[in-house]
Amino acid sequence: MSTETIDLKSQLIADFNSREKAINGKAQTSFHQAKRKALHTFETLGFPTPRNEEWKYSNVKNLISQTYDFEAAHAITADLLNDVRIPNLSGNVLFFINGKYEAGLSTIVSPAEQLTILPLQEAVETQAEVFEAHFGTLADATTEAFTALNTAFAGEGLFLHVPAGAVVEQPVILHFINDTRQQNVGTQPRNLFIIEKNAELLITETFMTVGDAHSFTNSVTEIHMAPEARVQYYKVQNESDQAYHVGTTQVRVSDNGHFYAATVSLNGGFIRNNLNIALDGEHCEAFMYGLYFPDGKQHIDNHTIADHRKPNSQSNELYKGVLRGKSTGVFNGKIFVREDAQKTNAFQSCKNVVLSTEATMNTKPQLEIFADDVKCSHGTTTGQLDEEALFYMRSRGISKPEALSLLMFAFCEDVISQIKIESIREYLEGIILKKLS
Amino acid sequence: MMLKINDLRASIEGKEILRGINLEVKAGEVHAIMGPNGSGKSTLASVLAGREEYEVTGGEVLFDEKDLLDLAPEARAAEGIFLAFQYPVEIPGVTTINFLKTAVNEIRKYKGQPPLDAAQFLKMVREKAKLVSMNDSLLKRALNEGFSGGEKKRNEIFQMAVLEPKLAILDETDSGLDIDALRIVAEGVNTLRSPERATIVVTHYQRLLDYIVPDYVHVLYKGRIVKSGTKELALELEEKGYDWIKAEVDATMA
Ligand SMILES: Nc1ncnc2c1ncn2[C@@H]1O[C@H](COP(=O)(O)OP(=O)(O)OP(=O)(O)O)[C@@H](O)[C@H]1O
Ligand SMILES: [Mg+2]
Repeated sequence: MSTETIDLKSQLIADFNSREKAINGKAQTSFHQAKRKALHTFETLGFPTPRNEEWKYSNVKNLISQTYDFEAAHAITADLLNDVRIPNLSGNVLFFINGKYEAGLSTIVSPAEQLTILPLQEAVETQAEVFEAHFGTLADATTEAFTALNTAFAGEGLFLHVPAGAVVEQPVILHFINDTRQQNVGTQPRNLFIIEKNAELLITETFMTVGDAHSFTNSVTEIHMAPEARVQYYKVQNESDQAYHVGTTQVRVSDNGHFYAATVSLNGGFIRNNLNIALDGEHCEAFMYGLYFPDGKQHIDNHTIADHRKPNSQSNELYKGVLRGKSTGVFNGKIFVREDAQKTNAFQSCKNVVLSTEATMNTKPQLEIFADDVKCSHGTTTGQLDEEALFYMRSRGISKPEALSLLMFAFCEDVISQIKIESIREYLEGIILKKLS
Repeated sequence: MMLKINDLRASIEGKEILRGINLEVKAGEVHAIMGPNGSGKSTLASVLAGREEYEVTGGEVLFDEKDLLDLAPEARAAEGIFLAFQYPVEIPGVTTINFLKTAVNEIRKYKGQPPLDAAQFLKMVREKAKLVSMNDSLLKRALNEGFSGGEKKRNEIFQMAVLEPKLAILDETDSGLDIDALRIVAEGVNTLRSPERATIVVTHYQRLLDYIVPDYVHVLYKGRIVKSGTKELALELEEKGYDWIKAEVDATMA
């Protein structure tokens, strides 16, 4: 007896080859050569296994035991969209459904002198010079299998360029929505954000799903910040329990740059977020906030890197999690302080509340410090609910569920309050309250 | 009878702490409970408020004829029991005012009353804050977080004033208070005294009882009320300490 198993890796490689045939004229471009090279890397590396230290607690075996339609059509109407999107947003609101940019559903309000927004595929040609100078220079497609895979299929996603001195007044909000009502859907968004000298941008990526089949998102975002650039970057995940998400955000901050990130994982079957920040200049600041709520059998893994390469900069990190059911959480926070990076301040903290005896949290701070005049600290706590506080509240007449939600909400508040877009904050608060009650 | 405790026994981690408590409190009365450290005073207060770590192993507690031990802590609060904690808990991220608003409205919900609107609530809170000279800025801060010892105690009395319980149990609310604060707290308690309400004051010091004059004084020792009297008993204890009572009790138990 022989069984035929379809395996995701072979499917992807075959898919690449057939796509390559279809573009015969353009196969010699440097963009395509980079993709071809990345495919080879992916072919060699394969999907990571728990033997790989970086994937020790995050096993992708369920993710790769499915196949996905990477060209899936969708049937999302504007009405349906209103049920899943973040309501009451103003600004530049863009939709990518099953990976494809939907110009008809999207709104761009910022004037061209503040920013250029293009589907990535278009920018390859119309912004060739800027594109080539930046694409793939931050994300590591040589040792990271998922990044290599994303690079091999790069095309969908957003190119965004903010010229020197421009302050983008309206936020940019990207909705990546997978419609899995008909079949398993795979998408590989690839975003390239370039913020020039002394420019300012507020940008949010959201990931959502509609439907009950499996969804696989493998996203890569590169954020290039020239000196004095200021960026607020939020990532909001509210996908189904059948959704797999691997996402990498790779940031380079230059002299006097300020970067703020908030990553909020509300829901998702399997989530692995990599947020890697190179503080590649003096007097820069990077803040990383995170919040996650795994429940049921969900798994949420946040890997972060603050890589201090130059002196006099500061990084500050606070991740918080509330774990329920049989869920698992992972936090791995690396701080590198290179030899040159004297007078670095780097702080990291990860706090978790585990509300069920069957949930587990793995935390691993990792500090590698090669300079001597630095201030670094890290701390992780994982505890149960504060029973004393709960009793105190109940003794004042507050019911147990209400007390629990007040306590947990308070726990989350110092991350939520970092988010400067009111309608996103309200959206998050609404969902969190619902989850906690 | 507002509160009737019959042969109440409770233990924690297998260790019996309350070993047959009997106590009756009528509406309008103030009872003081004194006794050496570790005798079970806070345990009694906690069991009445419904702390779940304690296992009630015997006896019964009736509150307005209802079986109190059957009720969840929040239901007891809604029925009118209030415990001012010996060690108030810090709750980061929840402001005092928000906390109280939730408490007030949860109790109203329990009683089938509509929630107070923001204006009504604020007006009421301002009045009560004045009553115990509670600083406005404390109301906006996270509950008890970073409050001084005295501020925490005052906050307990403030909450009591807002919730207007039928039975208030004050567990060493006087400890850690300066002379002025002691007077303010006592005045707060006395203002709430009424024929429908009762108070149980747990204290080590006669001083508080000068301000809040008790109708009865009880001595709790080794998990039992071993002596009861009137306010003169407190004066006697102040003068002679507990040794004579301990000796009496240990002699009869031996
Ligand atoms: N969680 C616990 N585990 C074990 N023993 C406990 C626990 N809580 C209380 N006890 C014990 O119960 C006894 C009574 O404690 P309780 O706090 O009721 O005393 P108290 O009369 O209020 O004392 P104090 O005057 O010092 O406040 C003490 O011996 C104490 O150690
Ligand atoms: Mg005590």
